[in-house]
Amino acid sequence: MKKLLILMMAMVLAGGFVFAGGQQEAKGADEPLKLVLLVKSLGNGFFEAYADGGKEAAKELGNVESIYMGPSTSTAEGQIEIIETLIAQRVDGIAISANDRDALIPVAKKAMKAGIKVISFDSGISLGGRTVDLVPSESELIGRQQVQLIAELCNYKGEVGIVSATSQATNQNLWIEWMFKEIEKPEYKNMKLVEVVYGDDAADKSYREAVGLMQKYPKLAGIISPTTIGVLASAKAIEDEGKQGVVQLTGLGLPSEMQHYIENGTCVQMALWNPIDLGYSSTFILEALVTGKVEGKPGDVIKAGRMGDIVIGEDGLSVMGAPFVFNKDNIAKFAAMFYELF
Amino acid sequence: MKVAKNFKTLMQKREVTLIILIVILTAVVTFRAPGFIKINNISRILNDTSILMIVAIGQFFVILTGGIDLSVGSIIAFSGMAASMMNQYNPALPVVLVLLAGIVIGAVLGAINGVLVTFGKVPPIITTLGTMSIYRGFTFVLSRGQWVTAHEMSENYMNIPHGHFIGISNLIWSAVIVVVLTYYFSKYTRSGREVYAIGGNKTAAHFVGVSKPKVDMIIFSLSGLLCGLAGVMWTARYAAAVNETAAGFELQTVAACVLGGVSVAGGSGGIPGVVLGALFLGIINNALPVVNLSPFFQMFIQGVVVLLAMFVNTLMGKRQEKSVLKRRCS
Repeated sequence: MKKLLILMMAMVLAGGFVFAGGQQEAKGADEPLKLVLLVKSLGNGFFEAYADGGKEAAKELGNVESIYMGPSTSTAEGQIEIIETLIAQRVDGIAISANDRDALIPVAKKAMKAGIKVISFDSGISLGGRTVDLVPSESELIGRQQVQLIAELCNYKGEVGIVSATSQATNQNLWIEWMFKEIEKPEYKNMKLVEVVYGDDAADKSYREAVGLMQKYPKLAGIISPTTIGVLASAKAIEDEGKQGVVQLTGLGLPSEMQHYIENGTCVQMALWNPIDLGYSSTFILEALVTGKVEGKPGDVIKAGRMGDIVIGEDGLSVMGAPFVFNKDNIAKFAAMFYELF
Repeated sequence: MKVAKNFKTLMQKREVTLIILIVILTAVVTFRAPGFIKINNISRILNDTSILMIVAIGQFFVILTGGIDLSVGSIIAFSGMAASMMNQYNPALPVVLVLLAGIVIGAVLGAINGVLVTFGKVPPIITTLGTMSIYRGFTFVLSRGQWVTAHEMSENYMNIPHGHFIGISNLIWSAVIVVVLTYYFSKYTRSGREVYAIGGNKTAAHFVGVSKPKVDMIIFSLSGLLCGLAGVMWTARYAAAVNETAAGFELQTVAACVLGGVSVAGGSGGIPGVVLGALFLGIINNALPVVNLSPFFQMFIQGVVVLLAMFVNTLMGKRQEKSVLKRRCS
């Protein structure tokens, strides 16, 4: 009796293997690749925008099915559970926006061992837990773009001031360094970055500094504020001084917070990373890895549709591109999206 | 001879020294940045200083009893956030009610400080150090970390400080009203005099029947109430209610009081001094961005100027004491 039971169990197991094997084989050329976008948590408009980008990429690639998943609360445990089930389901690739840099490494390694391609985006996994880590942008692109944006607004002439956060903020200072490099280009010969002031990311101090800039440089043509509170306070300062249209404003700001000023023209355009682009690029990278177009080594170039070429750098770090530009036409849509996150 | 003597006693008044210091400071700044004393800039400075003035007056009464209120910044943040959210979710609600709600919320938070100090017997510095974090935490809980910004506020709400009455903004008017009322309170009401009495000599005040618990409740509630008003003004003025609103502001209010000749040991000082102290700080805050100074020097300069002003001020005060002694001896 016991032997019979064991035999039966063995048969069931064997059958399972055969069945599973059959399934694996059945996935031929016509079966789309299952590429998962695993986000920090569900029910968040910002993350759902990743899914939109993933679907857009899937449509362009043709042979891809983009699957959107996430835990109900933003915990590493929830993500680990999902990855375990994804391994069992034998998906082809997972792009993860991680709730914890390190906690996901073991399970991600397990997935990679099972032949699944794993990358991280936006909120990365530490080295070892993914092939590629896609970061939204980098200092050079951000800094140069800020100057381009303000130049467009003030017709490539005039004095421009910068309202930064604290004088010791590493990212701010790097971006500002690149702004000063960008403005040396010949097309900006009629423009000048006159001063960097520091609002310390406090509304009152940023406001005061922005007013100070306008007082000190009566011919000021524009303000760049690459920090959320700074750009918000500068917008209010320009409005209160009645200098809308005279002093142009751009910066890095949250669409949900800047909607008012973008719609009323105080800040015609500003930049920040766009979640749709992240989902879109991640899907392209996964597809390239799964189909073997690239191995994911430093120096590999991935053609990512409308985002252009994405180069994989040292340690698998790759940069998506310049931040996305928000203006009157798209602000309402993104404001609603960002509002749920911040 | 008499004129000279009057001049001498006049010079020994702290307020007068401070006025002279303000004039010198303004002159120096104007020299470096002409246009600093233009009418529209003066109104800009007054607007900017009004909130500090309002909160510093609340701080003044607490310091007058020998205490300190470190939670003012957090009360401003919380009441400002609460009022902004009230406006965000009920844009039709008359803004007068929102303003009142903000003030009441501030007063309640202040009263909680008062209860902890009087009934919990916790010294004010410890109480408010605790509630400073608690109220700031409440702000995050209330807002769930989100900000309320311009497009979520109604036009009427943002106009609370900006609205004008005979050419002067409501924000300045509110400061003027607060100054007048609290001046009257401190000079001519029984409770107001009791605050001085406790600060001057707690034991003596107790024996003549001054109730310290009552006074503590009044001053902490008053400080909270003024912070509530300031919170609404702050968020409406910058069209942004963020969780970090007014972080570190408590030190500025203390500085304004001390500059204005209020003794941290309690018992001495007056509203005019506090007003001038706040004005002095406001001028520095507004001058630093316009004079051509490296931003790395700004904080340093600010500290030096404040210390210098205090030094001059206390020096004058000392002389006054000496002259009182002289008069007594002769």
